[in-house]
Amino acid sequence: MATASITVSETPLVLYVLRRADDALILGHRLSEWCGYAPMMEEDMALANMGLDLLGQARELYSYAGIIEGRDNDEDKFAYLRDVRQYRNLLLLEQPNGDFARTMVRQFFYAAFADLYWRAMMKSADATLAAIAAKSEKESAYHLRHSSEWMLRLGDGTEESHRRAQGAVDDLWAFTGEMFEVDESERALIDAGIAIDPAGLHPHWLKTVSSVMSEATMALPKREWMQKGGRSGRHSEHLGHLLSELQAMQRTFPGVTW
Amino acid sequence: MGTPNTPLWEVFIRSRNGLAHKHVGSLHAADATLALQAARDIYTRRGEGLSIWVVPSAAITASDPTDKGMMFEPAESKIYRHPTFYEVPEEVGHM
Repeated sequence: MATASITVSETPLVLYVLRRADDALILGHRLSEWCGYAPMMEEDMALANMGLDLLGQARELYSYAGIIEGRDNDEDKFAYLRDVRQYRNLLLLEQPNGDFARTMVRQFFYAAFADLYWRAMMKSADATLAAIAAKSEKESAYHLRHSSEWMLRLGDGTEESHRRAQGAVDDLWAFTGEMFEVDESERALIDAGIAIDPAGLHPHWLKTVSSVMSEATMALPKREWMQKGGRSGRHSEHLGHLLSELQAMQRTFPGVTW
Repeated sequence: MGTPNTPLWEVFIRSRNGLAHKHVGSLHAADATLALQAARDIYTRRGEGLSIWVVPSAAITASDPTDKGMMFEPAESKIYRHPTFYEVPEEVGHM
C-alpha cells in the first residue's frame, strides 16, 4: 500500500526553489546510479562526489522551500512524496545515464549553466538563496572543469569516443533550451531581484560550450527547436522510473528511518 | 586495473601551509590533468589538503627491497653520526 503524495502550495518563490531543488536531486540521483559501475574506480568516486554535492544543494533548497511554504512539508516529503507531475526539474537532468560519454555531456551542459547561474544568484536579494548560491557555485565550478576535461578527451579521443560523445550532444541538445526559460511566476521574482534572468546567461553558456566543443573537435547541433515541459511537471517517461526507485522505501514504509 | 591508456600516478598532498607534501597513495589516470582531478576526488574528500602533486609512478626510481642489507644496515652501527653521540663541554652552554 503506497503512501499518498503530499500537496504543495506553489507560491512563486516556493515553486522557484523547488525547481532548483528538483534539478539538484534528480541529477544527483542519476550520478549516484553510477556508483559501482563507472569505467574506472577514480571516476566512480568522482561521480559519487558530484552526486553528493548536488544532494547537499537539494537538501538546503528543499528545507528552505519547506520554511517559506510554511506548512508541514520538509525536505524528505518534497523528495519522497511528490508524484512525477509534481516534480519541476529540467528534462535534461532526468535523461538516462547511457554510456559514460552521455553522462558527461549531460553533466557538461548543465554544469556550464549551473556555474553561471549560481555565481549570478550570489547577488540575490533573498539572503538564503544567496548563501546557497555561494556554496553551490564552488561545487558547480568543479563540475564544469571535470566535465570539460572529459569532453576534450572523449571528443578528441578515439573514433569511438568521438562518435559516442557527439551522438549524446546531438540527442541532448534539444533539452538545453529549458535552462533559459522564464515563465510568469519567475518574472515577478526576477523583477524583485530575488531571481536572475537566465536569458542573460545564454550567450555566456553558449560561448563556454562552443569553445570546449570546438577544442574537442565536436560540432554544435544546428537544430533550433527545444523541448520544454519539466518546469511545469510534463516529464519524459524516464522520470517515473527514477522516482519509483528513489521513493520506494518511503512509499512502502512511511516514515521509515535508518 | 592498469591499462596502457591509464598509467599509474603517485599522489602527494600538503595538508597545511608550512608542511611538506606527503605521499598519500596512487591512482590511475590518462594524463596529468585527469590525475590531478582524480586525486582531488579520491584523496581530499574530507578536507585533507591545500595542495596536490601528482607524479607519474614510472618517473620514480626506487631502491630494491632486496638491497636492504647493503643499502641501510651499514648506517646502523655509525652511532657517531648522531649529534647526541658527542658530549658538549659545559662552557659551550646551549648551542
